[in-house]
Amino acid sequence: MKSRKNYRKERLDRGIKARSDSIYVLTSYREMLYMVAPRFVPVLLLLSLPLILKLSGQIYWLKVLIITCQVALLALSWDYLASVGLVSLGQAFFFGVGGYFSGALNHYLGWSPILAIPAATLCGAIICTIVLSPVVRLKGIYFAMITLVLPMVVTRVIEATKIFGGTEGLSGLTPLPNIWSASYLIIAIVLICLFGLRRLIDTDYGLVLSGIKENDRAIMASGTNVYRSKMEALFVTAIAGSFAGAFMAHYYRFVGMPAFALDISVLPVASAILGGVGTFVGAIIGSFILAPLSEILRAMGPLRTALYSLIMVACIVVLPEGIFHYIQRKYHQFERWVPFKGEKR
Amino acid sequence: MKSTLLKVDDISKTFGATMAVNHVSFELEEGRLLGLIGPNGSGKTTLVNLLTGFVKPDSGKVFFRGKNIDGKAPYKIANLGIARSFQMVKPFYELPAFKNVVVALRSPRVMKNVRGGKYGERDDVAIDLLEEVGFERDSFVPYRLASALPHGYLKRMELARCMALRPELYIFDELFSGMSMSEVAATLPLIERLKEEGKTIIMIEHRLRELLRIADSVIVLNFGSKIAEMMPAEILESEAVKKAYLGSETEME
Repeated sequence: MKSRKNYRKERLDRGIKARSDSIYVLTSYREMLYMVAPRFVPVLLLLSLPLILKLSGQIYWLKVLIITCQVALLALSWDYLASVGLVSLGQAFFFGVGGYFSGALNHYLGWSPILAIPAATLCGAIICTIVLSPVVRLKGIYFAMITLVLPMVVTRVIEATKIFGGTEGLSGLTPLPNIWSASYLIIAIVLICLFGLRRLIDTDYGLVLSGIKENDRAIMASGTNVYRSKMEALFVTAIAGSFAGAFMAHYYRFVGMPAFALDISVLPVASAILGGVGTFVGAIIGSFILAPLSEILRAMGPLRTALYSLIMVACIVVLPEGIFHYIQRKYHQFERWVPFKGEKR
Repeated sequence: MKSTLLKVDDISKTFGATMAVNHVSFELEEGRLLGLIGPNGSGKTTLVNLLTGFVKPDSGKVFFRGKNIDGKAPYKIANLGIARSFQMVKPFYELPAFKNVVVALRSPRVMKNVRGGKYGERDDVAIDLLEEVGFERDSFVPYRLASALPHGYLKRMELARCMALRPELYIFDELFSGMSMSEVAATLPLIERLKEEGKTIIMIEHRLRELLRIADSVIVLNFGSKIAEMMPAEILESEAVKKAYLGSETEME
């Protein structure tokens, strides 16, 4: 921008920031728009996406959208668990347990998805939390290692004992009514999780959780039961993961050993890191880049994985802080020209 | 006759071959201020860790108000009413100063007894506490990220975090180290006020002049053993203390 006489540059957020970075004072319609638009526009876009894809007849991309939402849900829950300092490499465990639970309810007991999915979400989360309860005491790399191995162990157990259909899995599950309602259901859940988790982490309860990540000794000295807080965070993560699993089981009409596959664990982690850890929005942005990208690259054949990895490396080298942090910083650095008041030059 | 608040009975802890705390016993009456001194590595911080549950004792017992607390989890001990500060301040750097205090206000002990149950109210209580320890209320200081604050402020923030728990026993692990002279001078009256309110305090301190002015009694540790318990006035005259800090005469020659 050319420099203008008798004008100076001022940041857009100059007038509305009060005291700290998180407290704003909004006094006009435009200032409110400045704050609300970045939240509102993407939500509207996401909600209208199934409509646009349906009207233009792109059913394939509607399916991609659902897979993207599944990755987003797992990435969101990963980010929540990471905010307590627990880095999980086994999102597939939550996903698989939810999927198998819902699949078994439907296959053996004939429950309809409307009952089976909520039941699997809740019971799956409880099972995951109980199974992982001894592991929660571990920190850092040790927790990551155990969660990485756990889905693989479950796969071998299913293979060896031939429970739940063994290697064949459970097929012919009751499908969801139609792809249209399915896409809206999962988009709604993603949005609820996104805004719910953001709200939760901003309360004093969330404050304690993020404190555990930084210094758990000070949290203990402040009278909070660290172990219990971690278990609660794990439970919330497991709920989101189990729901994704249960939903996808009925969407595919099949649940089997691929539900515990490694890429179900890895893709959400990659998405969250690419988008920016600790923001929740970053996890969504990351998954809306990586999941469709992996579909586009399907045409490349064997080169797909190589190209995919290359793009990810490039992204992380260029934006190590994560895409969302970058966008947020740039957005708040927007400037406008304002006339000098008082003395004239 | 005042009642015994804390009773430490023959407590020991070894790390490998080192006797960090060697059969230490003492009693502390309610409302007293006990100083804990000794050369570096004499086991002062380990003793505090034993009292607050961060380290489990090998042998011995700790009674708080007659209740056995040794080996209990740190958060349980904190909720019983023992607040401690850390020698190495490790605040939550990514949080504003007042949010660091809110963390303590959210503990079960405070939520049960003190106002500030709701989200916003706790922020106000935290800022009141920070003002008490000398944060300028109507400035940006309480709202700054902890990572942007100087060390002396972080030490006082630690004090505010302890006060937020409204404990009956304060344990300060070298609270004054890293504070400027003026900060120490401003903090001393606050500690005297806590004492006047009937709180019991244990202070580990290397700044003897300040400590001896406010302490009721002083325990001297050396190589994990309690070598003396005496009045503050006797400390500087004591041969045993001189020996512990400076070595014995034969060694010096």
